[in-house]
Amino acid sequence: MTPELLIGSITLFVLSIFLGVELITKVPAMLHTPLMSGANAISGISVVGALLGANVAYDAGDTVTSGILAFIALVLAMINVVGGFAVTNRMLNMIAGKKRGA
Amino acid sequence: MLEDWVSVGYLVSAIFFIFGLKNLGHPRTAPKGNQYGMLGMAIAVVTTIIDMNFFPDGIVGWTLIGSGILIGSLIGYIMAVKVEMTGMPEMVALFNGFGGAASALVALSETWKWIETTSPEPGLGATVAIVAAGLSALVGWMTLTGSLLAMYKLKGGIEIFGKWIRTPTWGPVWLNPVKALLFVSVLALIYMSIEDPTNTDYIWAIIGISCVLGIILVLPIGGADMPVVVSLLNSLSGIAAAFTGFIINNSVLIVAGSLVGASGLILTFIMCKAMNRQLIDVLFKSFGGSEKQELTRTKVGSDADEVAMMADGAQKIIIVPGYGMAVSQCQHQVKEFADLMQEKFDTEVKYAIHPVAGRMPGHMNVLLAEANVPYEQLIEMDEINPEFPECDMAIVIGANDTCNPAARTGEGPLAGMPIIDADQARTVVIIKRSLSVGYAGVDNDLFYEDKTMMLFGDGKAMMTQLNNAIKDL
Repeated sequence: MTPELLIGSITLFVLSIFLGVELITKVPAMLHTPLMSGANAISGISVVGALLGANVAYDAGDTVTSGILAFIALVLAMINVVGGFAVTNRMLNMIAGKKRGA
Repeated sequence: MLEDWVSVGYLVSAIFFIFGLKNLGHPRTAPKGNQYGMLGMAIAVVTTIIDMNFFPDGIVGWTLIGSGILIGSLIGYIMAVKVEMTGMPEMVALFNGFGGAASALVALSETWKWIETTSPEPGLGATVAIVAAGLSALVGWMTLTGSLLAMYKLKGGIEIFGKWIRTPTWGPVWLNPVKALLFVSVLALIYMSIEDPTNTDYIWAIIGISCVLGIILVLPIGGADMPVVVSLLNSLSGIAAAFTGFIINNSVLIVAGSLVGASGLILTFIMCKAMNRQLIDVLFKSFGGSEKQELTRTKVGSDADEVAMMADGAQKIIIVPGYGMAVSQCQHQVKEFADLMQEKFDTEVKYAIHPVAGRMPGHMNVLLAEANVPYEQLIEMDEINPEFPECDMAIVIGANDTCNPAARTGEGPLAGMPIIDADQARTVVIIKRSLSVGYAGVDNDLFYEDKTMMLFGDGKAMMTQLNNAIKDL
């Protein structure tokens, strides 16, 4: 890794934090839980890291343990992602859906 | 060349996450925001898989990858669809723990690659990866154990061999320096592992201490503050993903992780503000335990028949649901009561929703929506408060602090918290298991007023009795 690359990553990190702070301003109380749940599903982005790590053949021999660890990470991250978005969707249907129907 | 296109894929995915989070904060656009989030995630996953195809070896792990995606999606989907609306907050906490664990496991998997093959060449890249792996482990494992404990705190307890064990709340003052000490020791271990990245003693120690940290961070915090804690843990799981991004040098992990980390923290502050609490107090000052007021007064309880007689002919009834309604899950009985009153006496029934009633903001809306209460009957606090003086009866179900007039005095732990003006109604009925103080530890004058009728008991049992009494009138 070159210092330039590291600076680039740190830049991304810092700017994204500032963006995240600005994104959320006034949120009505009834949306706090769905917003939390939706953001939580997005934090399942570590699924990308798990995919890259799980890319080992099951007879790979020397990297089998790290492959299995990544596989468990993949399962957990997919639960987080799919479950998180589905739960958020259900909650929003309950709250926002009824409102529009009324 | 191809790598450039991968970066573009991740950029598009990050843009969808940004719009997703933005839209989730407004009632009208929230469903769209959730869809943007899904789309962003799908793009990130597809981009990664396409990218792997062009690796020197291509995708050799189809078995692991395919079955991992399938199993995880299936479990997640079934859990999300099966869960009762009342169990929603616990589910969010559980998913959050899984997210943190996933980041930490990716970090561990990378570290294990060094053990199984070769240590990274000492240099800037290795140092960054090792430090990031350590920090990801710290935050990720802490998020897992903290979220699991938060989930059981929201449930109120755990059933082991048919025995119900209440989740304890315990936090002596000396626990705070212990937390700081453990935190510093993990940082020291990470520093030591820079020299010796494949030392498994260091790795297990970091994992072990981080797990303990998550537990003792949440252990002293009372059940009513759990929403804030889950929100904070959500922010942490984002940070863990960002650190994982630094290990494998992946832009979308860094961007999405830090977006969630920052917006989750802001949401945490917003939630604290709605509860009139300071985040630092929530986390480090276990409150409500030691300074609880002693009860010196008593009040004779009423029974359902008496309340039914008072309700007979009421023109307007406002129901004030709280924590207790969620615990006893009596929203269907509440709805039945409202229907009965409307049919029998043509009574107008409304619901007063305090912004922090229940275990999660919006919890009451979700519960009552599940029982098919029409949305337009759920009125926010500021709108309904002027209606109480002309209301014949306010029925408070398992709420305490949110309608405690002590908040108006400007003194004590409740000072300044906006409350539901239930005490302005002509008659107040309070369904509660006992006179005990609420979360804030302040005795409630409302209980002892002459116009107040206390129905001591479980919300569901009392509402059922009340409904039967009204049917018999």
